[in-house]
Amino acid sequence: MYVYAEIIPKIAPGLIVTIEILLAASFLALIVAFIAGLGRISKFTIIRKLIAIYVELFRGTSLLVQLFWIFFALPAFGLQLSPFFAGVVALGLNYGAYASEVVRSTILAIPHGQTEAAIALNMTRWQRMRLVILPQALRMMLPGFGNISIELLKGTSLVSLITLTDLTYKGLMIQNTNISYTFPVFIVLLILYFIIALPLIIAVRKLEKYASKGVAQA
Amino acid sequence: MTWDWNFAIQIFPEIASAIWVVIGITFGAYIFSLIFGLVLTFLRRSSFKPLSMLTYGFIEFIRSTPPLVQLFFVFFALPSLGISFDKYTAGILTLGIHYSTYLSEVYRSGIESVPKGQWEAAKAMNFTKTQTWINIILPQAIPPVIPMLGNYLLVLFKETPILMAIGVGEFLQKAQLIGAEHFKYLEPITIVGILFLLLSYPSAIFINKLEQRSKLTFGERKH
Amino acid sequence: MGALEKDLIMIRNSKRQPAETLVSYENVTKKFGETEVLKGINLEIKRGEKVALIGPSGSGKTTIIRMLMTLEKPTSGIITIGGEPLWHKKTASGKLVQADEKHLRKMRSDIGMVFQHFNLFPHMTILRNVTEAPIHVLGLSKEEAHARAVDMLTKVGLGDKLDAYPSQLSGGQKQRVAIARAVVMHPKVMLFDEPTSALDPELVGEVLQVIKDLAKKTDMAMILVTHEMDFARDVADRVVFLHDGQIEEQGTPQELFENPKSERLQAFLKRFLKR
Repeated sequence: MYVYAEIIPKIAPGLIVTIEILLAASFLALIVAFIAGLGRISKFTIIRKLIAIYVELFRGTSLLVQLFWIFFALPAFGLQLSPFFAGVVALGLNYGAYASEVVRSTILAIPHGQTEAAIALNMTRWQRMRLVILPQALRMMLPGFGNISIELLKGTSLVSLITLTDLTYKGLMIQNTNISYTFPVFIVLLILYFIIALPLIIAVRKLEKYASKGVAQA
Repeated sequence: MTWDWNFAIQIFPEIASAIWVVIGITFGAYIFSLIFGLVLTFLRRSSFKPLSMLTYGFIEFIRSTPPLVQLFFVFFALPSLGISFDKYTAGILTLGIHYSTYLSEVYRSGIESVPKGQWEAAKAMNFTKTQTWINIILPQAIPPVIPMLGNYLLVLFKETPILMAIGVGEFLQKAQLIGAEHFKYLEPITIVGILFLLLSYPSAIFINKLEQRSKLTFGERKH
Repeated sequence: MGALEKDLIMIRNSKRQPAETLVSYENVTKKFGETEVLKGINLEIKRGEKVALIGPSGSGKTTIIRMLMTLEKPTSGIITIGGEPLWHKKTASGKLVQADEKHLRKMRSDIGMVFQHFNLFPHMTILRNVTEAPIHVLGLSKEEAHARAVDMLTKVGLGDKLDAYPSQLSGGQKQRVAIARAVVMHPKVMLFDEPTSALDPELVGEVLQVIKDLAKKTDMAMILVTHEMDFARDVADRVVFLHDGQIEEQGTPQELFENPKSERLQAFLKRFLKR
């Protein structure tokens, strides 16, 4: 249909922004996930407690509220982030908290015999983690990470509400200029998001199979 | 400290008053998704291949696309097909359909964990399909997944602020209005965050306890 | 810390140990919560000695070796290796404090362990399982570690399976790899925690043979927790019978199996030996 052909080039810049934010936020979330996930099993109580507070805070409140807080409320402390940065920080910290639980639970799921064998071979704590535990845990983390990345993709649409010109924002702008575009625009939006999600969905299916091999049975 | 206690105390009642809207939408959408989720599970299990494939596609599509865009679709786009909803109904419908796709997966895993022997025993005793489902399968499938179902209630609750995009008067919307009026956003939005924490944290702990009890009663399940 | 003070006094008062004593347990107890699993163990292992620990399940035999491997901490008492305390260390001023990880690591290098459930690293090949610790812990070069590993794996009969993964091996093969992995670290004491209890009966013999060869050909001390009585009789220089957290009786295999003195040992043996 003619209308659809008109919409796509107009919406394309938004697609770029969405992908940029997806990649940046995923990267931040991954880093946060490992720091927080490993920190939660640290031997220092204070680190464990602080990270637990962070995780519960971000999992217990709404993503949109966190986004708005970072964008609208932080300026009261003198910190005005651009919409892009606010989006990356909010998405990264939020999904990082969820991903940190994946990190933590997969590490704890490795049978204790593996740790004992590593101790018996006189490995240091860090060697145990690096050579024995993490390689096995990482395999198991992948499906969880994959699912979270799909959620993250859906979450990027919220940045349109803080005026970041992502896919959703562009869609809203287009339907504002011409009311007859409303129906096609939102159909296109949904399809585009689905197309971006598709490789992630397929990857998760594959990863779920891969994750169950090569891990010690308890 | 840039936090203004007087302001915070002054605006708290107005923000908190949105709780009725929030509760109404959360439970309205949740009940819808509990029911429609089960419908989707059955449609997915249909022996009529096209129907089950269509349902599968529908579930994957809705699950993998942003609820915000779905909301805009329901509220802005559907009227051009002649289907109009007020913002509250649009909100409940969108969230309800969105989360019914998740719940249908939860139901599915519960049903698939019922041992095959149960189906065979029901057949041997000559139960009808309906009787099998209502008397034998569902009573075994649902209790173990109740914690998961409860978990999604919480997730749904935390998703309600997106409705502010179509002007629904929930917590965040009230906070934004106050913030825009007074040019002070710190206190209103923080209060919303605290409200969410107060409401969701104890519930999360409760659901955790339910999950421990469920594991004891029903054993470990693979999702 | 009343327990630490008691231990301090004990170390100061303990008699000089004979030069060949490698490991000693002095009045070692272990409590898990309310349950007292070990009620005062006094045991000495000499250099190169092969000791079998036998006894009913729950008697505490596994706990004894796990404490030596630093997997469990004694509730009270002193364990020494080569005359030096394991769970305590002397500070510069001569005071005794709880051992830190650095001290434990230093002492641990003399101990190796083979587990009942093998605990091989599933994400590594057999060869890598055996070379990993020599490279990262002993600091050997890749070539040296490789050579040691291939030599050891060939000795246990798995020289043709170097690139296989643990999941592709039988239980008996896995345990033989586990033995190679531990021996390649050249410990002074090797601990075996019921090495064949998790194996199908027809695979037990190949593992016992490897351990017998080890006992004959190396001068490592060995502590074997086992239910295989014939094997214990063949390999051990000394057999220690544990009951309910205490050493009931010990002696040479001939003494214990042919002339059990305590009633409990007699009852225990009736269940295990066919004679």
